[in-house]
Amino acid sequence: MTTATPADTATTPAVPASPMAAAGADRRWVWIVVAAAAALPLLRSVVPDIISDYRLFLMSTMMIAAIAVLGLNLLTGFNGQISLGHGAFYAVGAYTAAILMDKLSLPYWTLLPIVAVVCFVVGFLFGLPALRLEGHYLALATFALALAVPQMLKYRWLEDLTGGVQGIVLLKPEAPFGLPLTEDQWLYYYCLIVTVLLFWAAWNLLRGRSGRAMMAIRDHSMAAGTMGIDTARYKTVTFGISAAYTGIAGALSASAIAFVAPDSFGFFLSISLLIGLVVGGVASLPGSIIGGIFTVLVQNSAQALSNFVKNDIGLPYDLSPYSVYGILLLVLMYVMPTGIAGGVVMAWRRLRR
Amino acid sequence: MSVTRRGFVVGASSATMLAGAAAHAQGKGKYDDGASDTEIKIGNTMPYSGPASAYGVIGKAIDAYFKMVNDKGGINGRKVKFISLDDAYSPPKIVEAARQLVEQEKVLCLFNTLGTPTNTAIHKYMNLKKVPHLFLATGASKWGKPKEFPWTMGWQPDYHTEGVIFAKHILANVKDAKIAVLMQNDDYGKDYYEGFREGLGKDVSKIVKHVTYEVTDPTVDSQIIQLKDSGANAFFNIATPKFAAQAIRKAADIGWKPAHYLNNVSASVAAVMKPAGYDNGQDIITAAYLKDPTDKQWDGADDMKAWREWMAKYNPGANMGDGFNVYGYAVAATLEKTLEQCGNELTRANLMKQAANLKKLVVPLLLPGITVNTSPTDFYPIQSMRLQRFKGETWELFGDVMSNESA
Repeated sequence: MTTATPADTATTPAVPASPMAAAGADRRWVWIVVAAAAALPLLRSVVPDIISDYRLFLMSTMMIAAIAVLGLNLLTGFNGQISLGHGAFYAVGAYTAAILMDKLSLPYWTLLPIVAVVCFVVGFLFGLPALRLEGHYLALATFALALAVPQMLKYRWLEDLTGGVQGIVLLKPEAPFGLPLTEDQWLYYYCLIVTVLLFWAAWNLLRGRSGRAMMAIRDHSMAAGTMGIDTARYKTVTFGISAAYTGIAGALSASAIAFVAPDSFGFFLSISLLIGLVVGGVASLPGSIIGGIFTVLVQNSAQALSNFVKNDIGLPYDLSPYSVYGILLLVLMYVMPTGIAGGVVMAWRRLRR
Repeated sequence: MSVTRRGFVVGASSATMLAGAAAHAQGKGKYDDGASDTEIKIGNTMPYSGPASAYGVIGKAIDAYFKMVNDKGGINGRKVKFISLDDAYSPPKIVEAARQLVEQEKVLCLFNTLGTPTNTAIHKYMNLKKVPHLFLATGASKWGKPKEFPWTMGWQPDYHTEGVIFAKHILANVKDAKIAVLMQNDDYGKDYYEGFREGLGKDVSKIVKHVTYEVTDPTVDSQIIQLKDSGANAFFNIATPKFAAQAIRKAADIGWKPAHYLNNVSASVAAVMKPAGYDNGQDIITAAYLKDPTDKQWDGADDMKAWREWMAKYNPGANMGDGFNVYGYAVAATLEKTLEQCGNELTRANLMKQAANLKKLVVPLLLPGITVNTSPTDFYPIQSMRLQRFKGETWELFGDVMSNESA
């Protein structure tokens, strides 16, 4: 992912182009997608069976996952630093939000800027020692972080704040100004607004000077240094921004689930973010959205699929949901080695030829 | 007045008949979502994957139990459709799964969802939706609060109750008790400890030493040495299997021989007593409420025979020595009897009403003398246990049923 293998160099021209391409004719499509997403919850009263509260809630969790994957993408995809521990920042964000709501009774909508700052600082500080670690060593250090955070949340001296293993029960956000929306409709809009803002900010960041510097460091750190890019500063700041994105996703999920506990942030969370990143598309903004949808959707349907294989098709295989998940991942990686976003772009090009 | 008395009576009775007809319009019973003339839909979540996946056995056992019920004709003629989803012991996942079960699958109730953090995550939601959240697979004591949470009910004896039972036994049997307590520092440990203190009542000062450990600690050796130095002659061991075994072994190593009380969580012979060393564990006392499938004294019991037949026919390949298969069978039987008691009124309100109206219900595989009892103010179905002492290589039951039944 980080080193420039021949396969990577082949796709590299497409990578900086993808945020650029969105600037041109594709911008229209972005608007259409956003408008469609904004109109969707209003259909709830028209077709309540299709647009149910439960499905809106699922879509909100997909948007939350997309933000978290985007955070990881900024670090791993665009800056080339591997993290196996983004679940830790997700947990920090969720707990920061939960504690502020629980102890200081702050309203949920004031929290995101605070969470962003806290997570940025945590990520920045973690990024400092991480500067000395490259590739696999960095991956291991972040891995340790992901394992440590849930344990730290249970720590005796923090227990008054974090509620220990029992966690913190929260209130669900209600629609403001007496808008006639259900909790789930409002949650959807809240997540949508935050998602659009954050993706827009990421797009702006990436198409500018800083984005080019981040990608230059990914492609060849030493060359980037000789061109006058302060690699150390860029890497730590990217770590901070990435942590802030993932932390905001964590804070949103704390609002959506209305409960946080150390068990919510197990190691598998970090891995599923990484899977979402790779499956969606490394170094691709639309890929982050696809990755977010994938992490939620496939984990849910893997079980349905394994039941389907066993009960409806009647095959004598007792596949566990995770075997289905694994097979699906293998197939996807084989068919679309650059992730779904990259695969779709390639298929589109082949069709146009 | 143009309405005659007679006309009024006729009108009123025909109105009730109409109302009755409306209620019966669908068939022979009164139903909420998830129930019909032919089917009862029951939702469940279990950690089939993740750190607690050993518990997934319970979900499979319940599924197998309802297959047997369906083969025998179902409950009051209705087949049970048991839908069990994976929650990976993760609070966000269970929220998703519970919403899927309640809002998409439209189940009548959620049953035996497993885990304390997971059930906490859906506690409010279930009560907001007014969907029964029945017979949870967790020993925390917070599930029996009918005033705040009228739709949630636990099942197994809670840790709090067990703590009370041990305290009562110490007060009655250990002369001049000086008690030492080892406790895992989390909600499970605290639940036990609070119950224990409540059971001691005014004698709470007999606890001479209370030390804790963290799940992340490598051993509890230093804690055991501290406890021995306190001069205690009774020891309440609130530890999960690995630490319980360490504590038993260390106490024997340093020659400390108090009256040793071990919590039910660690009553497994294979996971605790064997690694601790049978010699070191002699005369340790623990509490139990289910029959141990590896205990030979139950070989002749009818319910154990029925369980073995069921295991062979409906749950083949499952471990005959795994107590979770006993647990799943017994808890599913409790739900079966509760649903039976609902008759043809399979509404969510009536299901809760009947669940809170179980009187001396005999459930297979509970120890002799232990029954299920609930009332509108008592949402703790099983509150009795029996003490057993470790002799040779097995547990031996002794004494009467010990209870902490609330009104």
